[in-house]
Amino acid sequence: MSQIAIDVQNLTKHFGKFKAVDNINFTVEKGEIFGFLGANGAGKSTTIRMLCGILEPTEGTAKVGGYDINTQTELVKLNIGYMSQKFSLYEDLTVEENISFFGGVYGLSADRIRDRAKWVMEMAGLKGREKSLTKTLAGGWKQRLALGCAILHEPKIVFLDEPTSGVDPISRRVFWELINQLSEQGVTILVTTHYLDEAEYCNDIILINAGKIIANGSPKILKSRQITYPILEVEASDVVAAMELLRNKPWVVEVSLFGTYIHAGVRKEEEGKIEIQKLFSDSGIKLKRIERIVPSLEDVFLHLLEEDSKRTK
Amino acid sequence: MSLIEVRELTRRFDDIVAVDHLQLFIEEGEMFGIVGPDGAGKSTTFRMLCGILTPTAGNATILGYDLLRESRKINKHIGYLSQRFSLYGDLTIDENIEFFAEINDVYNFKNRREELLEFTRLTPFRKRLADQLSGGMKQKLALACTLIHHPKIIFLDEPTTGVDPVSRRDFWKILSALLESKITIVMSTPYLDEAERCGRVALINKGSCMAVDTPLQIKKMMKGDVIEIVCDNIRSAGKGLKESNLVLGVQTFGDRLNVIVENAEHDFALIEKHLKKTGIGITDHRCVAPSLENVFISLMSREAKNSLETIRDIE
Repeated sequence: MSQIAIDVQNLTKHFGKFKAVDNINFTVEKGEIFGFLGANGAGKSTTIRMLCGILEPTEGTAKVGGYDINTQTELVKLNIGYMSQKFSLYEDLTVEENISFFGGVYGLSADRIRDRAKWVMEMAGLKGREKSLTKTLAGGWKQRLALGCAILHEPKIVFLDEPTSGVDPISRRVFWELINQLSEQGVTILVTTHYLDEAEYCNDIILINAGKIIANGSPKILKSRQITYPILEVEASDVVAAMELLRNKPWVVEVSLFGTYIHAGVRKEEEGKIEIQKLFSDSGIKLKRIERIVPSLEDVFLHLLEEDSKRTK
Repeated sequence: MSLIEVRELTRRFDDIVAVDHLQLFIEEGEMFGIVGPDGAGKSTTFRMLCGILTPTAGNATILGYDLLRESRKINKHIGYLSQRFSLYGDLTIDENIEFFAEINDVYNFKNRREELLEFTRLTPFRKRLADQLSGGMKQKLALACTLIHHPKIIFLDEPTTGVDPVSRRDFWKILSALLESKITIVMSTPYLDEAERCGRVALINKGSCMAVDTPLQIKKMMKGDVIEIVCDNIRSAGKGLKESNLVLGVQTFGDRLNVIVENAEHDFALIEKHLKKTGIGITDHRCVAPSLENVFISLMSREAKNSLETIRDIE
């Protein structure tokens, strides 16, 4: 039977007239990796800060690990781990000093800190760097040290706010391996990211925009339900010009750039392929490749935000 | 002569060599990407080229000026958007730009400000405090501040880190427009799909250059074919294939695997059979041209393996 680790009810936060978080509801099951997606300024960090008991909600509440964030704030804080996008480590302390500092904050005994420090060094690949100043560590190592410090007290629920921001592609993959291991041990993880390929690793996702939830479900469900039209991946000689041509054509549902490729959502696959060939050859753009692809979460994300902005306009 | 010529540029921090005899030649009007793993020396290089950090050895010329002796002259013509670029949160957009105009000795900044606000589509928000802007808007404002003095070259250190996919596309539109106005752009990014859009890319590792070329040429460094496979249970599928000896490499990209093999046509059947045996069904597969991210991961993993082997040899 599944257990609920996080239960959010009508959670709302206003800053003056601005509704940063607007009456959201969701639940996260124990041991899940739960993805919390949205554009910059959508209200992700505000929500996380409320769930961690750092920020008081204007209305609504949530239970985190069974504790009420309004009335049992201290118990919430003791039972969670929180890693912010800024990797809040002390740059002028060494690696070991950071670990013992955070161990002290969580009230761990000296023995326990020693044990956990050993684990962190191993997990983060930092063995031999105990005495290095934290500011000399490269992104990926700093990130794993920040994770280690956030979970020194072995919390059952962990909040990760853009943990992979600015680290290289290999470190990102190593980090997700660690997240998966934690989840296998029954730890519940709520994570935000702007890398949509990472969101694919989540069991469940919610997408928020302007403080409201606009979609939720597993990656598989989101991809199959939200995108009902075929997506063509197009490679062309001049992508910027090609993009402009494709905009506002009646047979194109949506078009966006993925690196040097164009993803064009079209009404019908065959019609789309023929029209694009015609359009490009009329305008002197060389079509290098065109093929239908399985949509990714990034396609879904762009689609939903576009829809939502149309609605609000 | 190139617009930027970096010769044997070196920077040590105690016993760490952050940048190690780096050579780079960047031409006028280029969009030049610098990619590399964390700690490769990218930011240190930017800081030296922008005159903030003194090189331990080596030198560079920028716009014909000597970096060590004429950095003041260089500063007038370059803009630098660092990772820690900070706006004043309690100043409005307008006031932030005015502030940067002042510290760059730009006295008649008003027309330029209008131009930049228009260009970054920030005009409607000009009276808003910087603290109340979203991450994407902050980044655009930072770029506008960097451009206030009409620089000929801009150095952008990971300008899109922490920026959402929609704002990231918006930011790139602005960069493309800048390029059309003949500004030279040197940028680093952890997003390899962005690096694909640069004219040329330098792959930096351990402080020196492993390769400099067009994305297309760099991708040719990759041996073998890449098959993209969409299937269930990505993690165990990936692990299984890695241990199978059927493949040269396996890389995970969200819900899909990129499997690197000698010959796609011949090897796919074997892979399919192998996955079927472990109960994993394939939803879709196709042969794809290697991406920069494929190449990056291959090169860096090989590098890591080699250095591990060297350590073992020494032991």
